[in-house]
Amino acid sequence: MTGIARRLLLGGTTGLLAAPAILHAQPAGGVKIGLVAVQTGPQAALGTQLRDGFLQGLRHLDGKLGGLTTEVVHIDDELRPEVAVTKVRAALERDRVDFVVGVVFSNILQAIIRPVTEANTFLISTNAGPSTFAGRGCNPFFFTTSYNNDQVHSVIGQACEDAGYRRVFVMVPNYQAGRDAVAGFKSRFKGQVVDEVYVPLTQLDFSAELAKIAAARPDAIFTFMPGGLGVNLVRQYRQAGLANIPFLSTFTVDEATLPAQGEAALGFFSAASWAPNMDNEQNRRFVRDFEAQFNYVPASYAAQSYDGAMLLDSAIRKVGGNLRDKDALRAAIRAADFRSVRGPFRFGVNHYPVQDFWLLKVARRPDGKFQTETERRVLQADVDPWAAECRMR
Amino acid sequence: MTTQLLLVQALNGLQLGVLLFLVAAGLTLVFGVMDFINLAHGVQYMLGAYLGAAFAAATGSFWLGLALALPAALAAGLLLELLVFRHLYDRDHLSQVLATFGVILVLNEGVKVVWGAAPLQVPIPPLLEGGIEIMPGLQYPIYRVAVLGAGIATAGLLWWLVERTRAGMLVRAGATNPAMVSALGVDVRQLFTMVFAFGAMLAGFAGVLAGPIFSVEPGMGDNVLILAFVVIVIGGIGSIRGAFVAALLVGLIDTLGKSLMPDLMRLFLDASAARQAGAALASMLVYVAMAAILAFRPAGLFPVRAG
Repeated sequence: MTGIARRLLLGGTTGLLAAPAILHAQPAGGVKIGLVAVQTGPQAALGTQLRDGFLQGLRHLDGKLGGLTTEVVHIDDELRPEVAVTKVRAALERDRVDFVVGVVFSNILQAIIRPVTEANTFLISTNAGPSTFAGRGCNPFFFTTSYNNDQVHSVIGQACEDAGYRRVFVMVPNYQAGRDAVAGFKSRFKGQVVDEVYVPLTQLDFSAELAKIAAARPDAIFTFMPGGLGVNLVRQYRQAGLANIPFLSTFTVDEATLPAQGEAALGFFSAASWAPNMDNEQNRRFVRDFEAQFNYVPASYAAQSYDGAMLLDSAIRKVGGNLRDKDALRAAIRAADFRSVRGPFRFGVNHYPVQDFWLLKVARRPDGKFQTETERRVLQADVDPWAAECRMR
Repeated sequence: MTTQLLLVQALNGLQLGVLLFLVAAGLTLVFGVMDFINLAHGVQYMLGAYLGAAFAAATGSFWLGLALALPAALAAGLLLELLVFRHLYDRDHLSQVLATFGVILVLNEGVKVVWGAAPLQVPIPPLLEGGIEIMPGLQYPIYRVAVLGAGIATAGLLWWLVERTRAGMLVRAGATNPAMVSALGVDVRQLFTMVFAFGAMLAGFAGVLAGPIFSVEPGMGDNVLILAFVVIVIGGIGSIRGAFVAALLVGLIDTLGKSLMPDLMRLFLDASAARQAGAALASMLVYVAMAAILAFRPAGLFPVRAG
């Protein structure tokens, strides 16, 4: 305990002492962003999407957030919590970043939220949105521009209700996020779950599960198979001739995996609060310039990070570039006075977005590339199920 | 569960077994003949998949891709042997594990630098598209039948090579007593290089075949490698016959376990708990089986090395 207390104390005093030095070191009115994006391992593609989305936002803002020259410190969390904590601490203490932005995975967010927020630094998650920080654990220094995971799964539950499916087959990986997906789905689906199948995260071949699905003859299947798991499942599902059973999924078919799934995913469903084809001026400009710059179709990771850049821009502008008054800055971020690529966007009491959710369908564009497209709006101005437990007002 | 579903699941188990055999065959040769623990075998499988995907995309034909990827995988294996592995044969197993683990890290990052982190797409060749209906609503892809055939043909070819040719005789002799083979005037180093390159090509072959079924991505070899080690340990290190039997066994245990365990657990637990516990148990089953087999036959089902 004393060790921690001393470190906090030391951190506080060096912060005060170092403050004038920073003013000298940086041209007046600079802002430093620590951008946390996984660049190592099989999930690096998602980190790349997230990073490029934020950089595209900066590019549209001429490299300035709220008029302040912006420097980005890139942090590769390596998808290892202990590595993330070390690197983020270094960014806070050595590089003196003003904001920490990014984070693809919840377990990384859970590791870094304390070091960041205890240093009175704002943490803007542009993807990870676990329920842990949406309810009782909500935090005045934490915002997310994505969603609460439970909401996305519940969208499919609602979509199955709306479509009149009575018997749905559920298949998820056997770990916490998989079980959360089932819970989220069931929170809105009232029909019969014919079977719940849990597969190991290292699963390669889905033949056994596909045979079960064929035998159960459900009205539809709901699945959550992120990354390579989803690539395997989607291809094998199509190859097994099961595609006549509607395939509804979360985080399984998106622009990060579609290049590998291709035609096999055509007509499959997903759920999100954003899709590349959303018809508003902000989004058209984002998608067009992003593709021109990076030469691939952006996924939600990129869109939410782009919004993250726009959000910070609006907030810093609102406080006139004064990053010291944290309360004013918080109020400015909370106001969310920017135009989101997904249209209507505001923050709830717990700093999670209140937004619409859509059923998306995989389609082939005229240029031959694949993307998800909005099928219909399922939830309108949806507040996540945890917000009521948050005592932050 | 109906008899029909059970038969389908058995077929799926055999399918997985044949895929595992393709990876494990090269591994067991290298481990058995050279007493060399090659953790990098999994990344050689990955490299094969990437080379196959790249050549198929460049030439527009899966078959040309396969034809080009095999010599490329062989060359990559020879290069690795020359640069890294050759210096490790006389070292202890720990050094081999460390160095080959280093190769895993380097190659996993390497393919990401060259091909990017996103998974690649490898379409099924048009000749093998479509499927056979094996139960109402379920197609068995023709491509998988072809993979099954390729795996069994490979097993036959390997059996012939190892049991019926002079080179095979040396390989078997090398696996049993390398010092004696060397004393009889055989260039063991050359034999090792040959076996290693052949093993690398087998891994690459498995990778190319896996491309249209599995996701071609960095790290795809890591999961396969663990199962391949289970297979060669169960089968008896160095034994092709053992690897074949063990691969089918592992494939069957894994697939049938996955389909039966959750139902079995329902006898003791409520539905939701049974499904999760059953799934967890099923994923352990292969390792439990390995432990059980080793308890009764410590050298595996078909031991090669005497003493």
